Amino acid sequence: MSDYKISQLKQLEAESIEIFRDAVSQFDNPVMLYSIGKDSSVLVRLAQKAFFPGKLPFKLLHINSTWKFKEMIEFRDKFCAEQGLDLTVGHNVEGKAAGVNPFDYGSRKYTDIMKTQALLQSLDEGGYDVAFGGARRDEEKSRAKERIYSFRDRNHQWDPKNQRPELWNLYNGRINPGESVRVFPISNWTELDVWQYIRLEKIPLVPLYFAKKRPVVKRDGTWIMVDDERMRLEPGETPVEKMVRFRTLGCYPLTGAIESSAATVEDIVAEMMQTRLSERSTRLIDSDGDSSMEQKKREGYF
Amino acid sequence: MDIDKFLDEHENKDLLRFLTCGSVDDGKSTLIGRLLYDSKLIFDDQLSTLRKDSEKSGTTGVGEIDYALLLDGLKAEREQGITIDVAYRYFATPKRKFIIADTPGHEQYTRNMATGASTADLAVILIDARYGVITQTKRHAFIVSLLGIKHVIVAINKMDLNDYSEDVFNAIKADFAQFIDPLGIPDIHYIPLSALKGDNVVDKSAATDWYDGDTLLSTLENVNIAADHNYSDFRFPVQYVNRPHLNFRGFAGTIASGVIKPGDEIAALPSGKKSTVKNIVTADGNLDEAFAGQAITLELQDEIDISSGEMIVKVGNTPAVSKSFDAMLIWMSEQPLDLSRTYHIKHTAKMTKAKVDVIKYKVDVNSLRKQNTDKLELNEIGRVVVSSYNELFFDSYRENRQTGSFILIDTISNNTVAAGMINVPVAAQDVPVNSEREVLEKHINDREFNWDHGIVSAKQRATRNHHYGKTVIITGSKDSGKQQLAAKLENRLFKSNLNSYYLGIGSIRDGLDADIREGFVNRDEHLRRLGELSRIMTDAGLIFITSIDDLDDYELEHLKLLNTPNEFFVISVDSHRFDSFQPDIAIEELLDYEDALSQIVALLGAKKIIPEYCI
Repeated sequence: MSDYKISQLKQLEAESIEIFRDAVSQFDNPVMLYSIGKDSSVLVRLAQKAFFPGKLPFKLLHINSTWKFKEMIEFRDKFCAEQGLDLTVGHNVEGKAAGVNPFDYGSRKYTDIMKTQALLQSLDEGGYDVAFGGARRDEEKSRAKERIYSFRDRNHQWDPKNQRPELWNLYNGRINPGESVRVFPISNWTELDVWQYIRLEKIPLVPLYFAKKRPVVKRDGTWIMVDDERMRLEPGETPVEKMVRFRTLGCYPLTGAIESSAATVEDIVAEMMQTRLSERSTRLIDSDGDSSMEQKKREGYF
Repeated sequence: MDIDKFLDEHENKDLLRFLTCGSVDDGKSTLIGRLLYDSKLIFDDQLSTLRKDSEKSGTTGVGEIDYALLLDGLKAEREQGITIDVAYRYFATPKRKFIIADTPGHEQYTRNMATGASTADLAVILIDARYGVITQTKRHAFIVSLLGIKHVIVAINKMDLNDYSEDVFNAIKADFAQFIDPLGIPDIHYIPLSALKGDNVVDKSAATDWYDGDTLLSTLENVNIAADHNYSDFRFPVQYVNRPHLNFRGFAGTIASGVIKPGDEIAALPSGKKSTVKNIVTADGNLDEAFAGQAITLELQDEIDISSGEMIVKVGNTPAVSKSFDAMLIWMSEQPLDLSRTYHIKHTAKMTKAKVDVIKYKVDVNSLRKQNTDKLELNEIGRVVVSSYNELFFDSYRENRQTGSFILIDTISNNTVAAGMINVPVAAQDVPVNSEREVLEKHINDREFNWDHGIVSAKQRATRNHHYGKTVIITGSKDSGKQQLAAKLENRLFKSNLNSYYLGIGSIRDGLDADIREGFVNRDEHLRRLGELSRIMTDAGLIFITSIDDLDDYELEHLKLLNTPNEFFVISVDSHRFDSFQPDIAIEELLDYEDALSQIVALLGAKKIIPEYCI
C-alpha cells in the first residue's frame, strides 16, 4: 500500500487546489488579489490547476499604489495577456490626485492610503464576497495564527480575538451580506516551498527577483533602488550600481534589495540557505513598531 | 552544497503534521523553539529580535534566550505570556517536512487543541517531570484520542530538574500508560528530555544513558504514517462541477479515501446512478490511477447529473447514507448548544442544516466521567444524536477521518460552533424523543414486548436451581483486585452447588467484542453488550458475575435499564467513581478476599437470592 505516496510539495499543491474549489463553490463573487510577486504567481498556477481544463472562474485584482517597480507592471501586463487572465487594476484615485507618496507621508500613512484604502475601495466596488490572497503563515509571527478562511467584517477588519475555529478541511464560508472572507490557499507553504514550486513548474517571475546591476542607494541599512525620477534622494545620497535582487516586491521606495549574485532559482535557494535572513526583514513596513504587521492586518491590509 | 540535489530531496520529502500540547509553564514553546533552533530554522534577524525581546519581556535568566517568545504571535498573548490560539510552524530536516500546530495548555482552550489535532498525524504531549501526570495531561490525551490521532510522543520534560532520574521517568510512564491504554491509541513513545538544555531533543543526551530510545527529532522523522491512510474505501466528495465547454463535464474534488482507476464502476450518491470512470483529469495530464489525498477531476462515461456536495463512490462499497447519526461533539462557542435550534452543518463538500436531537451525555474531560445534561457549553464534549435535513454520506470517524467529521455553524452569527466525529448511523425515530433515557426506555419496552419466552418459567428454574438468577457487578480501578474477587466469588458459589458464572473481559474481547476496538466511544458499546448479556444470563437463572473498570453513575444507570426487568448488585472495590449512587457493598481496600466474599454471600442470602444454608 505504501506506494500510494505523495511528496510534501504535491500534498501542499493538492491542499491549495482543494481550498480554491471549496471557496468557489461556497461563495458567489470571488476575486483573486494579485500582487505580481512570486507568491501571486504560484497562486495563479494553483488556481489554473484547480479549474483545469476550464478558465479561472474569477478575476485578478491588482492594487496599484502607483509606486510599484516599472518592471512589475510590464511583467503583469505580459503575464496576464499570455495566460489569458482577466485583470482589473484598482488604485486610490483621491490619494493619487493628492500626490500621496512615501517620502512626504511616511511609510505608514502612505501604505494605509495607497494600499490598504485602495484595496478596500476596490473590494467594495466589486462587491466581492471572497478574495484569494497569497499570504503564508511562515512569513511573519502574526500570520502564524491566521486562518485559511479569514473572516472580515463589513469594514474588512480582522479580529484576532474572534477567529472562527478551523477544523479538518471543513472551511466555514458562511457570511452575512457586506461581510467577506479572505482565503489563503498557500497558508501552509514556506518560502522554500514556493521557490521549489516555481522551479518545478517553471513559473515565470518578475526579473527583479534575480540579481542584476541596478542603481541603488543605501538607506536605513538596506539598498533602495532608484527606479524612476520620482525617487527623492537625501543629501549626500548618490545612486550606485550594485548587483542586487529583491526577496519581496512592493513599492520601490519601501522595498529593500539585497546584494546578491543569484541569477537563477537554484542560486536563490543556495543563498537563502546561507544568509538566513527571514523574508520580510527586507520590508520596511513590517518594522514600523512592535506588532506593526498585526496592526495593519486589523485595519484590513493583508 | 549541491542545490539541485537538495531541492529534489526537499520536494520529495514526506510531510508530518503534528500537534504539541502541554500545560502552562511545562516548556512547550521552549521545546518548539529548541527544535527550530537546533534544526537551524531560526533566521538571523529573528534571532536578534529574539535576543532583544528576551531582554525586554523574557522569563529566562539574563543572557539566556527565551525560545518561547519566538512563538507567541499576537500582542495580547505576548503581554499575558500565554499562547491563546493555534499557531502553525514549519520546519524541515533532510528526512521530512513538518507542520507544527502549536496549541495552548490553558484550561479553557479545549477547542483550540481540537482544532490543532484535527489535521495532525501525531501529537507530542508534554509532561513536566516535576509534577508528573496531572489533570491537564489526561485531558490532552483524551482529546488526542477523540480526534483520532494514532501516534503519540509523551515528552517527559524538565528532566534536568529531576537529576535525569530513570525512576522518575519510569513512574510517570507507568502512570500515563494506565490512563491512556483504554483510549486505544496504537502507537505511543516515551522520551525523557530537557527542552531548555536540549537533552534528547535533537541530540542524544549523555545525562540519560539509561534511555535507549530515539530522540524527539529522530522519532518525529521516523514514525510511519503511511499506514494511517485509508486506501480501501473510495470516497470522492464532489466540490465543483467543471463545464468549460459542451464537450467536457468533469467532477472536481479531492479523494477523501480509497483508490480509483479509469474503467472503475462508480455510483453517485444520493441518486445511486451508475457509470464508469472515463478519465482522471489533472492539469499535469490524465492519470492511470489516483488515490487518497490527490486533487483530481473525474470524467465519466455517461452523462449523469451530479452536483457539488454529492459524492462519488465505487459500486459495492458505499458509506452509510442517513439523515441521522450518533457523534461525539466538541462545543466551541460561548453560546451553549440549544436543542431547539437549527444549525448549518458542513460535512465533506456538503452544506445543509441539522439539529441535535439528543445529548446522551457529556464527558468531564478531566476524569472521563459521563453525566446527563440538557446542554453543552463552551469546551464541553458530549455524545449526541444529530439529524440533518438532507441525507449525508459518511463513515465512522475512526475508520475515515475525512467522511466521519463535520462542523456545526450558527445560522445567525455564522460562527463555527462545534466539531463533530461520527460514530454510527442511528435509526431515525418515528416519534421525536427528548432524551437519551427515552430512547433507551423505548428500546427496553420493545425488547421485552418481543421477548421470546420458552416453556420453562423463571419460577420453575429457581425451584430446580434452589436460587434465583442475579447479576453481580464488581467495579473499581484497574488494579484493585476486582477480577480476582469476581472469579473467587464464582468459585465460592459453585462449591455451594449454585449456578454461578464469571465473565472476564478476556472472554469477550476477541469474541463478542471482536468488532469493536478500544477507545472511549467503544466503551459505551461494550457496556451496552454487557447490559444485554446480563439480561439474558440472569434470565437463564445464573448468578452472573463480571467486573468493570471504573463505572460512573451514567454508565451504571444504563446497565440497570438494559438489565430490566432483572436487577443487579453492585460491589465497589477501592475508591469508586460514583457521585450519588450507593453501591450495595463498598470495599475501601481489598485486603482480605475471604472477608469480601463473606459480605457478598451474606448480601445474596439476605436478599433471598440464595438459600440461607449456603451462607
